[in-house]
Parts: sequence; structure tokens; C-alpha cells
Amino acid sequence: MKKRKVTALAAAAVCSLALVLSGCGGSGSDSTTGASGGSDAMISVFNPEPTNPLIPSNTNEVGGGNPIDMMFSRLVSFDNKGKAHNEIAKEIKGNGDSSQFTIKINDGWKFTDGSPVTAESFTKAWSWAANVSNKQKNSSFFANIKGYDELQQDGVPADTQLSGLNVVDDKTFTVDLTSPSSTFPIQVGYAAFAPLPESFYKDTKAFGEKPVTVGPYKFQSWEHNKFVKVVKNPDYKGGIKVKNGGIEFRSYTDPTPAYADIQSGNLDALDTIPASYKKTFLKDSQVQAVNDPGSVLQMFTIPTYMKHFGEDQEGKLRRQAISMAINRPQIIDKVLSGTGKDVTDFTAPTIPGYSKSIKGNDVLKYNPSKAKELWEEANKISPWGANDVFKMAYNADGAHKEIYDAVANSIKNTLGINAQGNPLPTFNEFRSNVQGRKFTDSAFRSGWQADYPSPESYLMSNFSSSAADGNGSNDGDYKNPKFDALLTKATAAKSVDEANKIYQQAEEILMEDLPAVPLYYMNAYGAGSKSVQGFTFTWKGTPAYPDMSK
Amino acid sequence: MGKYLLRRILQMIPVVLGTTLLIYALVFALPGDPVAAMFGDKPVNQAVAAQIRAEYNLDKPFLVQYVLFLKNALTLNFGNTFAGQPVISVIGRAFPVTIQLALMAFVFEGVFGVLFGIISGLTKGKWSDTIILVISLLLISVPTFVTGFILQYFLGVKWHVLPATAGAHPGFIDLLMPAIVLGSVSMASIIRLTRTEISSNISEDYVRTARAKGMGNFQVIVHHVLRNSLIPVVTYLGADIGGLMGGAMITERIFNIQGVGNTLYQAIVRGEGTLVVSIVTILVMIFVVTSLLVDLLYAVLDPRIRYA
Repeated sequence: MKKRKVTALAAAAVCSLALVLSGCGGSGSDSTTGASGGSDAMISVFNPEPTNPLIPSNTNEVGGGNPIDMMFSRLVSFDNKGKAHNEIAKEIKGNGDSSQFTIKINDGWKFTDGSPVTAESFTKAWSWAANVSNKQKNSSFFANIKGYDELQQDGVPADTQLSGLNVVDDKTFTVDLTSPSSTFPIQVGYAAFAPLPESFYKDTKAFGEKPVTVGPYKFQSWEHNKFVKVVKNPDYKGGIKVKNGGIEFRSYTDPTPAYADIQSGNLDALDTIPASYKKTFLKDSQVQAVNDPGSVLQMFTIPTYMKHFGEDQEGKLRRQAISMAINRPQIIDKVLSGTGKDVTDFTAPTIPGYSKSIKGNDVLKYNPSKAKELWEEANKISPWGANDVFKMAYNADGAHKEIYDAVANSIKNTLGINAQGNPLPTFNEFRSNVQGRKFTDSAFRSGWQADYPSPESYLMSNFSSSAADGNGSNDGDYKNPKFDALLTKATAAKSVDEANKIYQQAEEILMEDLPAVPLYYMNAYGAGSKSVQGFTFTWKGTPAYPDMSK
Repeated sequence: MGKYLLRRILQMIPVVLGTTLLIYALVFALPGDPVAAMFGDKPVNQAVAAQIRAEYNLDKPFLVQYVLFLKNALTLNFGNTFAGQPVISVIGRAFPVTIQLALMAFVFEGVFGVLFGIISGLTKGKWSDTIILVISLLLISVPTFVTGFILQYFLGVKWHVLPATAGAHPGFIDLLMPAIVLGSVSMASIIRLTRTEISSNISEDYVRTARAKGMGNFQVIVHHVLRNSLIPVVTYLGADIGGLMGGAMITERIFNIQGVGNTLYQAIVRGEGTLVVSIVTILVMIFVVTSLLVDLLYAVLDPRIRYA
């Protein structure tokens, strides 16, 4: 996420912004020892230092998210293609309208401290995470479970449970939702929904430093600012095949030294490419380069509260004109050196439900004459002044300047208007302006990476009315009842496939309204050392850690 | 002497108070909300954000925050970072490696700077002087990150002579290249400084007198020329210790050394006032103490200087 969000270093920026075998990571000697190979070899990977304790409901950045993902099994797991499989769950059964789910879990699963995984391991963990007194950053993931609002009151006891969760027996519990959701069985695959052992509640602080988990890997050690090490869990009962002996998430503040470590064989995998190597890494013979479609959608939001771009005919025409004025393939080729993919929808290529043939998506294609025509038409409604400037805000601490300069040039050359990037020094300041709705005369960069593989994660979070006005990530405050109605219909659909069809219909509306202008899908790209095998990316754009070996 | 020392030590108090207040104010004035940024692109749960603000006193006015910080600092309680770690343990992890790096760079620049400076100064105009001058000019004019990347690529990546990055538990070999990079600019300055001093002192009257009295060349150079030439060099070296500690940020990033520079950088990015102030305060104290040591060293080198 921080990747996504941030920067990837972010898709953003904040942060945007991981070794080895023998205890003394670091230098050259380490990985050579690892090279002895076999399925017991430790794999060393690039990782930003976790900025939070290793507690799933409090981690929203990749640094902590990566090790957590490997250590904590959930009810379901996703394969590399984004398809969900039952993991701890034996069965997740919804009622007719997907407003209540009955969850049965498998027998015999045990935490690394030997205690059994029970229905309570889930219900207590979810309630704890949702409870405002526990200050969990991912608490809003539980917002749709009944009783969430009661847990958001000031001073609520820290052990109050969500009323929508009911334990039937040791291995069964039910979940009552506030509003129906057909994707709930997918959402529970997000790390925040991981079960926690009883020992967690006794000392959460100690747990965050040394988690007790149930999953394909178990915790070994965390030396702050140096590494987090996890090793294969011999007692793991799930379906994920682990092909190495463990993973060392080596801490780096900057991917550039990590690239040098990959080149010299000191590090096995780097899941990003420093800006200075983007043009050359695909041809670098010292590394294994990977450049595959990913799950990050990069766009810029044109807020509905921006002059000339309201939710009326003029705004619609101008949004379409701007979108058609951008020569995306050229920008992807020249600025991104091919590390992105041209957009055709509002999700991303690795997401089940992604489509290249949404009706009306020609609005995402470069069409200078049509763009001009639409812009002129809008000028008839209300003229664009000679001093008006179309601005796009971004955070200057991520690598966005070149892209927005190119987009601005493309718009300028096509429409003959003044267009420019609007850099803010830090991600922090940029987000404050977005959240404070300060961009009344400027569009702003937005990006999204799914938390779970469903179009819902993109559409609901970014464009639904319920996520507007500060209640979600709909920072442009776009509201369209027709769009909302289709989302509601999709969430109540009987199957994921059926839901995806309805989501695509909803996207047709977005093509017309363009609350945000999609720019490109960011590829999942990175570099592996020459000695590592199986370095690929999952649907989410993170390395498939269990698949790596050497 | 004792009085002088006491006065210098008492002077540290206003310096430290002033810098902490200034730095705290600067961090406080940084635009953006550090708590909102913790949520990334995700919607901010305002109820949770409010609790976090209260936990770190971020909901209080600036002066109250500062006084609370000072009060806790007096009892050596520097609070926790946003990641929930005690600030004191973060500092405890960051400083040892930076001190090691700075000391290695210091020894490197001191030994080689003075050595090449002497060679250059004594062989003025000869080929050895010319070569040393050209190299030092090159080192002064090329920014550290360029030297860093070039050395890293050739020594680390291409020829595998030294590790490309420092690693988790850096030892002498791991820090050798970073120390050379960090010390190279100062080394070049010291070469030039030593050379100039020596070449001007060597033609002084007292040197000629010593020679006329029949003193050996080696004795003249060590006891008369060097001793006088080294005073400005010692001043420079002393002032450089603080610079090496705080200025290692670029070097630390290039070689992924998790020291003071990297920690400070991340603290600034996250808007963690207490961590920034704590680190800077320690750096300030290092500056103050080293400059005191330098002043005391003068007396050793130059008998004319005496502190009452």
C-alpha cells in the first residue's frame, strides 16, 4: 500500500517510499552462503522497514504488509491470478441476499504457540480491530459488519465485541452485515481479517514485535531497520506451496542500493526499479528483469467542486475533452519506458472483472480532433477564459513530475489551453490538501491498488456516494445515483461472475462522467538476482514470495 | 583552566535549549498532517485519528507540546515514535553505526589528507605535487553521491572488491567504501590546507634559523614546520567530526546504512517532531563538545595559547 499509496514509493509516494541467511546480513558473504540452494535456502528480498508493529489490522503499508501476508493465513487465500480459495475456511455460505454469512472453519489448524484456531480467534480479532479504543488504522475494513458504529464511540471499552458476529460453536460463526455484499467472501482474504491467538490480547505490544501466527511462514526475528525474517512453518495445513526455507525482508530506505545488491548478487528480489535504472533494467544482463501487467490504476481526479468541471453538461464535455487530449501510449513509452499499460477501464489487468471492451471506453483513447470539438462545445456553455489554467496536483516526493509534465504538454498541444502540473513538496502535504478539499482549482493525482481482487475495491472506494464527503476515498465527491444503484445491485449478486458483469455496466457510466481520468496501469516490475528461480508477481503486484527458490 | 571548562560547559545549556526550540518549531511548521498521512491514500477514520493525536500530544498547541517534550526529556523519557518504538532505542540503534562510519572516515581523511599534504608541500612543483593537486581538485569538485555511485558500481557491482552496500551488521570491510566516500571531500581539503601551510612555513625565518644552526632536515620538518602547519588542520578536522555525523545522510542512503542520516530523513518525512529534535539535539551536543576539544588541543600544539 504505501507502495500503492504511496509510492510506491509509491504509487505513490509517501513513502514513497529488506537479507540473509547468516545472521549478519549485509554484505557479500551472506547470499553466497544461501546459494548452496535446495528448498531450504533463505530468499532475501527488498522491503521498506515496517512503520508499524506487525499487527494486521494496523498495517497499511507494504513494509509491514509483506511479512504479514506471509505469516498470517486468513479464511481464504488468493492464488497468483487473484482467484480465491478456501484457506482456514471450510465453507463460507451467504443467505439469499448476501447480508448474512455462515462461516465454518477447518479442524486442526494451530497457531505457532500451539493454541487451536477457533471461531473466536476470528470474531475477537475483528471486534478488537474495529474498536476505536484500540486505534487500528484499518478499522474501517469492518465498517459493514453490524455493530461497527457502536464501537466507534468515544470511551467504548476496548474488549467490546461487534454485535454482528455470533459464535455458533467452536468451528462456526455467523456474520451479519449492515448492507448486503456479495464480495464479502473475498474481502475476508484481506490481511486485516486474520485470526489472532488468545495471547495477543494479553500483550499486544509484545505481539507486534514478535507475532504468533498461523500461516505458511512463521516469525523468526525482527531487527529494526535491518530485517524481518520469517521461516517456513512445518505445521502449515493450507494450500500455498512454499518452495524456500524462509524469507528475509531486508530493510532499505531507497531502492537504488538494493538494485546494486541485486546486480552484485547480494539480494535476491527487488519489487520496484529505482528511477535511474528504469530505462536500462530490461536490458541489464546482471539481473533477471520482470515487467508484467499489474494491479495499480493511476489516474487524476477532477473534483466536482472545481470550476468549469461540475456535474453538468459542461463538466462532462470538458472531462471527456481532457481525457481524449492525452496521448497515453506515447507517455507510457517515453516517460515510463514501457513500465505501464494503456488503460481501457477503471480496474486493472490482473483483476478478475477487468475488461478491454467497456462501452464508451473510446473516451480513453487519444483523439485530438474529437477532443477539440468537445472542448469548443463546452465553451459555448461557459467560455474558458484566456487566463484559466488546467492544473494537476501531485506530490513531488514521488516520481510523478515527468508524467504530469507530459500530460500537461499533451493537453496544451491538443486543446491549445494553458495546462500545467501543480507539485506539492510532500505526500503528507498533498494528502492534507486532498482531504481538506483544498483543490478547488486543480485536478489531483489519484491512484488505486486493490486490497482484494474485485472491481468493487476500485469502484466502491473511489466513486460511490457512500465514499464521498470524507467517508472514503471518493475525494472528488462524485455522486451519481444510477452508478450507486448498479453497485448495490452488484453487491447483492449471487455470484462473483454475475457481480463483475454489473460492475462493468457501472463503469459505462464512469466512462461518460469521468470523475477521474485514468492514465495508465502501472506494471508490476522488478529485478531478481541471477541465482533466484521463480521470481514472478501476484495479481496484487507483490512478488510471489513462496514461489521463489535458489 | 577549570573555570574555562566550566564556562564552556554552561554555555551548552542555552545552545541546546535554543536549538531544540528552533527545530521543534520548524518541524511543527511543516505543512501537512502526519496522522492523516499514516492512513496513506485510505480514508482517515477520524475517531481513530483523534485518539492517535491525543496519544502523541499532537492535538495540543505548539508551546505545550514543546514543554511536554522538554519535561519528559529531562527524565530521559523521549517518548515513542509513531511506530510505537521508544525514541531512545531508535537512537541507540542509529548512532553506533554512524559513529563507526564517521570515525573511519575521520581517520581516513586525517591520515591520508595530512600524508599527501606533506608530500605535496615538500615536493612543491614536482610531478608528485601535480598529481596530488589534480586528484584533490577532482574530489572537491565532484559531489559525494557521484563518487559514491561510481565507486559502488566499479568496486561493488563490477569487480566485487568490496560489498556494494553495508548490510545489516556492518563491519570494517562493509563500511570501508562508504567511509572513503564520506571522507574524500574533506581529505582533499586537508591535502590542500596542509600543502599551503607547509609550503609557506618552510620558507619562514625560524626554519632557516633552525637549519643554519645545523638541525637535521627531518627534525626541522617534524618539530618546526609540521607543528606550526597543523594548527589550522586540527581546527578543520575538529569541526568536521560533527559534519561527518550529520552529513552522512547521502552516503548512508547510497550504501543503505541504517544510521543517523537515514533515521533523521525518515523522521522528517513522517513529521515525527520528537524524533527529529532528539537526534538533532545529540548532533548539536557533539558539535559543541568537539569544538571545545579542538580549542583545548590548540594549547597542546601552540604553547603561546593558554586558557585561564
